[in-house]
Amino acid sequence: MMDWHSWLFWPDRVALSVLTLGILVMLFLYAARKPMHGVIHSVCHLVTQSARFLSRWLFMTAESLRLRNLSVLMSHGQESATTLIEREFERVVAIINKDLQEFPVLQRKLLEEVTRIEEDYHKCGEVPPPPPEWVDAIESVAQIKSGGDIPRKMLEDINKSILKIHEKTVAEYRRSYEDRHKILKGMQPSWRSVDKLMGEMDKKMLTLEGNAKQIDGHIAKYEGMRAGDKKTEHALTSSAFVQLAISSLVMVIAMGGAFINYKLIALPMSEMVGASDYITNNLKTSDVAALVIILMEASMGLFLLESLRITSLFPKIASMDDRMRHRLMIASLVFLIILAGIESSLALMRDMLIADKASLMRDLASAAPVVEDGWFTRIPMAGQMIMGFVLPFALAFVAIPLEGVVHSLRTVLGVLLVQTLRGLGFVIRFTGVLFKRFAKVLELIYDLPIVIPLLIEQWVVALRGSPTAKVKVKEGSAS
Amino acid sequence: MKRILLVCMLFVSTLLSSCGDNRVHSQAVYMLVDTSGTYAQEMGKAAKIINYLLATLNPGDSLAVAKVETRSFTEKDIVAKVTFDKRPSQATIQKRAFKSKIEEFSKEIKGSAFTDITGGLIQGAEYLNETKAGNRTIVIFSDMQEELGKGTVRDFPIKLDGIRIVALNVTKLNTDNADPRIYLDRLARWEERVRKAGATDWVMVNDLENNMESILSTR
Repeated sequence: MMDWHSWLFWPDRVALSVLTLGILVMLFLYAARKPMHGVIHSVCHLVTQSARFLSRWLFMTAESLRLRNLSVLMSHGQESATTLIEREFERVVAIINKDLQEFPVLQRKLLEEVTRIEEDYHKCGEVPPPPPEWVDAIESVAQIKSGGDIPRKMLEDINKSILKIHEKTVAEYRRSYEDRHKILKGMQPSWRSVDKLMGEMDKKMLTLEGNAKQIDGHIAKYEGMRAGDKKTEHALTSSAFVQLAISSLVMVIAMGGAFINYKLIALPMSEMVGASDYITNNLKTSDVAALVIILMEASMGLFLLESLRITSLFPKIASMDDRMRHRLMIASLVFLIILAGIESSLALMRDMLIADKASLMRDLASAAPVVEDGWFTRIPMAGQMIMGFVLPFALAFVAIPLEGVVHSLRTVLGVLLVQTLRGLGFVIRFTGVLFKRFAKVLELIYDLPIVIPLLIEQWVVALRGSPTAKVKVKEGSAS
Repeated sequence: MKRILLVCMLFVSTLLSSCGDNRVHSQAVYMLVDTSGTYAQEMGKAAKIINYLLATLNPGDSLAVAKVETRSFTEKDIVAKVTFDKRPSQATIQKRAFKSKIEEFSKEIKGSAFTDITGGLIQGAEYLNETKAGNRTIVIFSDMQEELGKGTVRDFPIKLDGIRIVALNVTKLNTDNADPRIYLDRLARWEERVRKAGATDWVMVNDLENNMESILSTR
């Protein structure tokens, strides 16, 4: 460490030495004032310009990245919307093929019913009673002026006949009405049938209308995507964030399942590949083998869902012809069933190994053997076997959240990267602005220790008077 | 499709067959049981330790039990030896067989006149080196009082490179009770001798109830 005394000109006169040193430093700083101001200004200017350039580049990069993200987001959104629209159209086609195909039959049936109703209606029309012919006969008899009791007798006979006829006519009339009522009663099922047919048609039409509305909604979204409006962009971005969160949650649950699956088969795998084989210092071959089995199950599940067109991670599978895709689907399913069977048997073996080891431990400890308590002691074994068979199929569905993560992660990372670039750009720009102002501050700080020479300079300048100022003053007085 | 299958099968078979150096992880234990004089009565404790070792050792590990007699540098003194199968089920069967062998031995045990611990150590080192295990341990169940018969030469440097020595149940003799320095000197001499021979560690365990896990080194 350097001793401060070495800076003193006269070590026995500290104050004088410090004063001399101070004056010398002051003189040096005063002499170097202009170049130092220049250096400070240049450095700050350089930093400001660089920061401005860098921030501009960052903002431009962020913008281009945003546009790229937007194009990917829109393209992905369009793809999803297209799939949805296609599905809706498929549903509509199915409805038309299934339900509306029956429309001609339905219509014929309806026409037949209507014709029948019409015929019945005509049948039940009111038949007017026969005209009263006896009225003319009575009038003729009534015009006879002589004849004594003959007209009276005739009228009485006529009256009797009329009464008879009247009774007969009324009876016939009532019978006729009875028949009409019967016909109308017979029309009731036809009306009900017509009503039912109309209801069915109405229901089908409503379903079709609902599908049409959904298609309209999807088309509107699609148009928004094609137009690339902010609202759609925002909606798609939010959807990607939600999608990522949900998919990640499901993936975590699936990982839990995979872990249990792994625990179930790691021990019995040592029976197949050896318990004392290691791949690395701490990695047992049996553990890796168990992991490979689980990953193979997940892969088979992925291929199965791909070939079922539930997911679309592999364009090559999606573009396969239907026959090939069907074969791939069957192959994946068969492999999955085989792997599930293997896992189930491994679960059984695990139980046997554990029981065997427990028995050995009892033997070594010279403890009494455990008495079998009946069928319920086998429940864990059965549970393990069922889990071993079911878990691979459950694991197969991990392809769906995986696809969600793959698709949404790109958008989310893109958005985060854009925000980071923008934030960085802002910080650098702000630093540039600070440095712009900081140059003046540094100059003032530099001038602070040499304030005495500066005051002397000002005093000398004022004493001498500026020649230019003098000229200006003279010019001013002359004018 | 065939290609995919082929690649899958190759990947799995490569993963399953490409194993690291498994010997590094395996453990080999050679246990010397002192059968001389009154110490032969301690066989019950020795059996317990052997059972502990059987319970603790894993598939792929090796275990041998030998008796310390008048001259112990011979394979004939090995009572039972086994390298456990890599399959846990087979290893369990081997452990059962080993246990029954030890039970038979403990019934037929006869006390020897002399105690050749050094000969047993040389024999043990030979066996352990043959196993090529990563962790090699010689367990000496003895009072560590060596008594050599006439014509038995053991005063030469021995080689115990990379081997861990564990002395178990080192009981105090009557002379030790009279002068404890004899006991301490005896142990110090053995420690010095095995360390000079290249042993990685010297451990003494007398509390067999609570300190049994010190017998095997942690992997």
